[in-house]
Amino acid sequence: MPILEVENLSISFNQYTAGLRRKNIQVISSLHVTLEAGEILAVVGASGSGKSLLAHAILGILPDNALVSGTIKYNGEVLNASTQASLRGKEIALIPQSTNYLDPLMRVGNQVRTSVKTGDATVAQRAVFKRLHLQQSVEKMYPFQLSGGMARRTLLSTAIVSDAKVIIADEPTPGLDPVVMKEALNNFREFADNGCAVMLITHDIESALTIADKIAVFYAGTTVEVAPVEDFTGNGESLRHPYSKALWRALPQNDFIPIPGSQPHPSALPTGCLFAPRCTMATPACSEKQPDMQNIRDGMVRCMHAT
Amino acid sequence: MRKMLLGKLGIFLLLKGLRMLTLLIAICFISFLLVKNSPIDPIQAYIGADMLKVGPEQREKIAEYWGLDQPVMVQFLNWGSALLAGDLGTSMIFRRPVAEIIGERFVNSLVLMITAWVLSGVIGFVMGVLSAMKKDTWIDRLIKWYCYTLASTPTFWMGLLMLIVFAVWLGWFPIGLGVPAGVLAADVTIADRIEHLILPAITLSIIGVANVALHTRQKLIDVLASDYVLFARARGERGFILFWRHGLRNVALPAITLQFAAFGELFGGAVLAEQIFSYPGLGQATVEAGLRGDVPLLLGLVIFSTFFVFAGNLIADLIYYAVDPRTRESRMI
Ligand SMILES: Nc1ncnc2c1ncn2[C@@H]1O[C@H](COP(=O)(O)OP(=O)(O)O)[C@@H](O)[C@H]1O
Ligand code: SF4
Ligand SMILES: [Mg+2]
Repeated sequence: MPILEVENLSISFNQYTAGLRRKNIQVISSLHVTLEAGEILAVVGASGSGKSLLAHAILGILPDNALVSGTIKYNGEVLNASTQASLRGKEIALIPQSTNYLDPLMRVGNQVRTSVKTGDATVAQRAVFKRLHLQQSVEKMYPFQLSGGMARRTLLSTAIVSDAKVIIADEPTPGLDPVVMKEALNNFREFADNGCAVMLITHDIESALTIADKIAVFYAGTTVEVAPVEDFTGNGESLRHPYSKALWRALPQNDFIPIPGSQPHPSALPTGCLFAPRCTMATPACSEKQPDMQNIRDGMVRCMHAT
Repeated sequence: MRKMLLGKLGIFLLLKGLRMLTLLIAICFISFLLVKNSPIDPIQAYIGADMLKVGPEQREKIAEYWGLDQPVMVQFLNWGSALLAGDLGTSMIFRRPVAEIIGERFVNSLVLMITAWVLSGVIGFVMGVLSAMKKDTWIDRLIKWYCYTLASTPTFWMGLLMLIVFAVWLGWFPIGLGVPAGVLAADVTIADRIEHLILPAITLSIIGVANVALHTRQKLIDVLASDYVLFARARGERGFILFWRHGLRNVALPAITLQFAAFGELFGGAVLAEQIFSYPGLGQATVEAGLRGDVPLLLGLVIFSTFFVFAGNLIADLIYYAVDPRTRESRMI
């Protein structure tokens, strides 16, 4: 059984537009994702495709004006606001996207200690700093005194000391030099090998491919494909969705051809398949209704012409 | 490192001191000119009701005694050089050294201002925190309404209202003055003094809370919407713990700073409140000196209040410098 299942998740925001009219902007639509213990799922997608919102929705920390539908299951149990609150920081840990997520007026050692749920917080914090090669003096520093790499490792520490079963890392690698980045990625592999489930959110497909087990491809607020990492090979012929194939071929080591056009804004989504305006395989039927998620060859895809 | 820090602090204080000095000279000069050009006759102010009994010759003598027959610039320079020698001059209406009067009045005012300052600071802060934590509930609306209404209420109006309700109608408090009328100074008890202090202090506090409360509310709302509070929630923190760990530490510093920087408003408020409650503090002395053309006293008060307001601002700056780790420890790496 998957440890975390997200089914049919939709998120929209109530916004006031000109003339005080209320407008509902759909930013995530019928999204599916599952996470298995011992496995790294990489979530890749362009900026603005809803990756961070998915993470926040799982933890139940979306802003008040967000409307959420669909179900999120943890260990087979459907979550609600109060069960989400009791899982936060204990069973599910977030490694946030930027170092702004550290309290600017609190020493970082203390911030890591507040994540420790059982046992001696100081001992746990010092141990994790040692493991991540942070000197002991770092615990007395404030966030503004940390280098980018140190701040990332501090954020990582908060997840390690929490002993959570599910770790959601929201773009944990930008700004790291290659050595530190490799180390950070190895840490995630270690988490998974120790039985945790890791959701690695990133827009760096190449590094995701080096450690992930499965890749979920996001486009305009939904998953268009979930594929085993082995399918990202050759010309992308094992991939199921035209967008995944195009993404794969756009990488520098492949054809390096960018996909023409751009991701639609949440306020102007197409009616049918969200990728239709940019898809070379599109047929008139594609623009009629959004294709359903279907299982194909050990993966999932949202395209009516997928093979 | 320590030395560098002190060096920087020294330069900072030096620059502040220079600014203070130029400001002081300018303010003194302007006040001097204003009083000199006002229609009040200082000699008449000095003599008071006996004016009719004074002949032109005596008038001239008095003018000569006070140096009033000399050109304005010379008068200013005379006063300035005496000041540099540490002499604030003699008050014309009280006929006692200005320094003595300011010292005596300041003690009265200080008690009033400190009481109002602490009350408005603490209550305002708590109101702001409550309002932000319960944003958009009836508590928040009530507090906001109170603050906006008060922010536009003149102090003298509030003072009169308090006086009418609590002193005249209900008779709970004395109508004015710093001590009971007709009681020997030696017989005045602390309780008497406190009784006379309550109404003016409450008047000042009622108005003073608005600023801190609204500022704290906005700041805490921003903090609660920040990424670091989102992350704290992601780690399972909520409610009071969340406020205690991340809210308080991020809103307390700006609130304290704001409260120190509000010394000027406090002083201005005290001037009005003291006038209404006939409370014998600096404010009342300022009004009298202005109305009766007592130049030495007025200038003495101007210098003193400038120092006072400046000290508040300086403390506010220093607190940021000393307490905020971003400025305190930035030179340690
Ligand atoms: N509070 C909000 N109100 C309205 N729209 C939002 C809000 N937060 C995010 N969005 C929109 O949702 C979309 C997805 O955002 P996000 O999940 O941050 O993308 P990603 O992490 O993939 O870059 C973006 O188009 C963004 O503008
Ligand atoms: S459904 Fe049609 S438009 Fe959408 S990806 Fe498949 S082929 Fe392209
Ligand atoms: Mg993001």
